[in-house]
Amino acid sequence: MSRVSIFRREHFNAAHRLFNPSWDDAKNQLVFGKCSNPNYHGHNYDLEVKITGETDPETGYVTDLKKLSNLIKDQVLSKFDHKNLNLDTPYFRHTNPTAENIAIVIYGILRSEIDSGLELKIRLYETERNFVEYPAGEGS
Amino acid sequence: MVFLTRVEHFNAAHKLYNPDWDKEKNEEIFGRCANENWHGHNYELFVTVKAEPDGGTGFVIDAKKLSDIIKDRVIEKVDHKNLNVDVEWMNGKICSTENFVVAIWEALLPALPSAVQLHSIKLYETPRIFVEYFGK
Repeated sequence: MSRVSIFRREHFNAAHRLFNPSWDDAKNQLVFGKCSNPNYHGHNYDLEVKITGETDPETGYVTDLKKLSNLIKDQVLSKFDHKNLNLDTPYFRHTNPTAENIAIVIYGILRSEIDSGLELKIRLYETERNFVEYPAGEGS
Repeated sequence: MVFLTRVEHFNAAHKLYNPDWDKEKNEEIFGRCANENWHGHNYELFVTVKAEPDGGTGFVIDAKKLSDIIKDRVIEKVDHKNLNVDVEWMNGKICSTENFVVAIWEALLPALPSAVQLHSIKLYETPRIFVEYFGK
């Protein structure tokens, strides 16, 4: 058996807005700039789900990537794809949908669905140049 | 004649919705793209101009100047905006990438120097879906 990391890449297209409801418009504009447009803007998000563990001696898999893809589609993409993250999902009613918070939410959704013996890490690209990783650092 | 292309990008929300149809028909035709609360994309915009290279500079056009024109006439109007609500040149139009690329052409054409011709605009809505317009 060997310890290997496997990756599944998916994508979703969504609208969002960054703002803090405790602040006035001027402060939101100052801190978040164009990202606080009250009429929303959007992104093609690229999602990488990284699973690390020992290969199964019978299958040679860390985990079945097709099953992982189905899990991500059922539990994440169905909730976020072609949606408005602020308005259409329960996760961001009181949480700012920054890339950081979206990655944390996705981790939370998937963690309980994946074998606890496997490490999980989420990388989320908001654009080609801006991406986040959670949990940060080595391991999970 | 040499073609020069400048690539810019912007992030925007939109929805595909025909106001003459009811909600059911919009959802039937446009599927998830008809979400009333919008969805979004990172758009990639390729603007191609053509001319003979200038004898003094060797340029078709100074690429930095072309970038400034595109930013002034297009990017500022659409980046981090809602294409259905915030962009005047999309008023009354269905916000498909096809209609959008034609509107971008019309916004950009008058701002280009007479020494170059606008050859084409290519607009990626996603890495797998893009449109191209040649002005006719």
